Amino acid sequence: MTNYGVAIREGFAYLLKKYPEVFVIGQGLWSPWYVGNSMTDLDKEFGIERIIDTPVSESACTGAAVGAALAGMKPIMVHPRMDFMLYAMDAIVNEAAKWSSMMAGQSHAGVTIRSIINRGGEQGAQHSQALHSWFTHIPGLRVVMPYSVSDARDLLIASVLSGDPVIYIDDRWLYSNEEVLPPVVELDLKNQGPKIIKAGTSLTLVAAGYSTHMAVEASGILATQGIDVEVIDVRVLSPLFPKLILDSVAKTGRLVVVDGGWSPTGFAGEVIATVTESIDPKLLKSSPKRVTLPFAPAPAAASLEKIYYPTTVDVVKACTESLKQ
Amino acid sequence: MKNFLSKKTLNRSGIESIKFEEKIKVMPESKEALTNSLIMMLKIRFVENKLAQMRKSGFIGGPVHLGAGQEAIAVGVSKYLRKSDRIFSGHRSHAHLLALGSEPRKLFAEVLGKKTGLSKGMGGSMHLWDQTNGFYGSVPIVAGTVPLAVGAALAAKKQNNGDIAVAYFGDGAIEEGVIQESLNLARQLEVPMLFVCENNLFSSHMHISQRQPLQSVARFAIANDIESEIVDGNNLAEIEKTASKLINIARTKNLPAFIEAITYRHYGHVDWREDIDVGVNRSSKDLNLWKTRDPIIRLESALFEAGMLTTIELDQIKLQITNQIDNDWELAVKDPEPEASSLHSEVYKQ
Repeated sequence: MTNYGVAIREGFAYLLKKYPEVFVIGQGLWSPWYVGNSMTDLDKEFGIERIIDTPVSESACTGAAVGAALAGMKPIMVHPRMDFMLYAMDAIVNEAAKWSSMMAGQSHAGVTIRSIINRGGEQGAQHSQALHSWFTHIPGLRVVMPYSVSDARDLLIASVLSGDPVIYIDDRWLYSNEEVLPPVVELDLKNQGPKIIKAGTSLTLVAAGYSTHMAVEASGILATQGIDVEVIDVRVLSPLFPKLILDSVAKTGRLVVVDGGWSPTGFAGEVIATVTESIDPKLLKSSPKRVTLPFAPAPAAASLEKIYYPTTVDVVKACTESLKQ
Repeated sequence: MKNFLSKKTLNRSGIESIKFEEKIKVMPESKEALTNSLIMMLKIRFVENKLAQMRKSGFIGGPVHLGAGQEAIAVGVSKYLRKSDRIFSGHRSHAHLLALGSEPRKLFAEVLGKKTGLSKGMGGSMHLWDQTNGFYGSVPIVAGTVPLAVGAALAAKKQNNGDIAVAYFGDGAIEEGVIQESLNLARQLEVPMLFVCENNLFSSHMHISQRQPLQSVARFAIANDIESEIVDGNNLAEIEKTASKLINIARTKNLPAFIEAITYRHYGHVDWREDIDVGVNRSSKDLNLWKTRDPIIRLESALFEAGMLTTIELDQIKLQITNQIDNDWELAVKDPEPEASSLHSEVYKQ
């Protein structure tokens, strides 16, 4: 069995071994503190020239990763916390995302920006955010959120090999999940999209990243009550291939989306809008629902954190309500 | 009103020591090279003037940021660059592009939004690309490409091919935080690159004295332990000397270096207007003074005095360039528009 964090490390090691143009740059890469077990000793194995720990300069480092990509490298920029990555928005949104289009496909910013959601533990508002929805708004970016252990490895590899700017988002709350890992498959990211990870007929439950983890747990609880939900793991949030979701909702007539971000203008809303504008409304047996964060910054107090972050119980509750309608 | 141009400020800035009226020193053995540089400067000037004229008369739909008056910097720096180097720039980038040998016709086509343009009509004047000549790209977000150049230099170091990266930017860009990050990162990672700050004393409408406590920006290089020089940006020979030295440091020692070239733009921030009195200290008096310090006129005078150029030869050169540029413009005007499909076709890599 391999856990999620180690699987990410295996993705890095695979890329670094096979592709000399791959290098990794970001804060905390020579330290055991910042990225859990997902990059342990990569600096010792591949050298500090290829695993570059940096000054506290999110903006310049991300820009430099973009520039290195334009010059033929396959860089991976690591932001140990998504909150700090906001300093790098110009490099991501104005430069990397638009480069191919601005330069008419003659040059591509093939950079992977790995960003970690690291929340809980009384860390408060600026050590907690899940901002994946922001990046799905921007044409030119691919947004990847692996849930499964094999995706954690294989979608990292696919991101780096895609030649496009990719926001790869992993969640520290998934790091201890375990799977038996099959050998590496080099996937073409262009063809990757949502997957049914548990087939069912009574309700469609859509999620990504850690939210998929809760969706899977919820489906287990509901199964004990004789309710057979279909769980779809989105995997690649942008560009979104919605067909599998549409077909599933057409079959079940019910939709619940679980999203680790806030509701307004967020990814869950995008999935619901895509479904409702695309399928025959008569097929819907109940109003679509979303499970998201309360519309407030994350608190620090443990007592408040308990009520702030949605849990599997909340997902079960949303499904039960949907099924009542 | 506060006297922004106090002697004290100027002395502390390092600009004071530059003698903008000084004659350009030319060596007899470099006649051919100097003539070629003059031709390139004239070509850039005439392209910019053509763009100004066509923008004014409505043939160009989008903004153009013109660098007339600043040609010596790009021409002097480019003399020591090679096609495999990685050059980045900002909104006022035409000179940087053309000095590398890029074709004016493709620039015109791009500015006109044509399929044959450098960026196939997706970029316009502010997003240019010509990598076969070393021009990796320009974008108008102030300082946006500076960290990209650091990364391209890091790539060159890893690729171990002796190439360098160049980041052109203005005195306004210095006020962006990412410049400090980029200087520190470039020095710390020891990457081969040249930072070229064209200090034309204005950021859009604002004089540098309204934006910074000192009028020279090389202090940021000093703070980051980067070799730097402040140079008369309108003196081709001085720029060549400085560029040769600093590019050699970058190329052979894998280190960043920094040129601050003091100059002045003849046009205003954007388009054909002169922007007189839009900002403090951009008066017609100042503009006229700076026009006497024109890098092209100064080089021409030096070449005349050294007996390396005659007025007849110069007239012939100018006529030839004018005809070529007029011809390039006419051809670009007739070029086709991009297809509607290009809106979507290059958002992601094919």
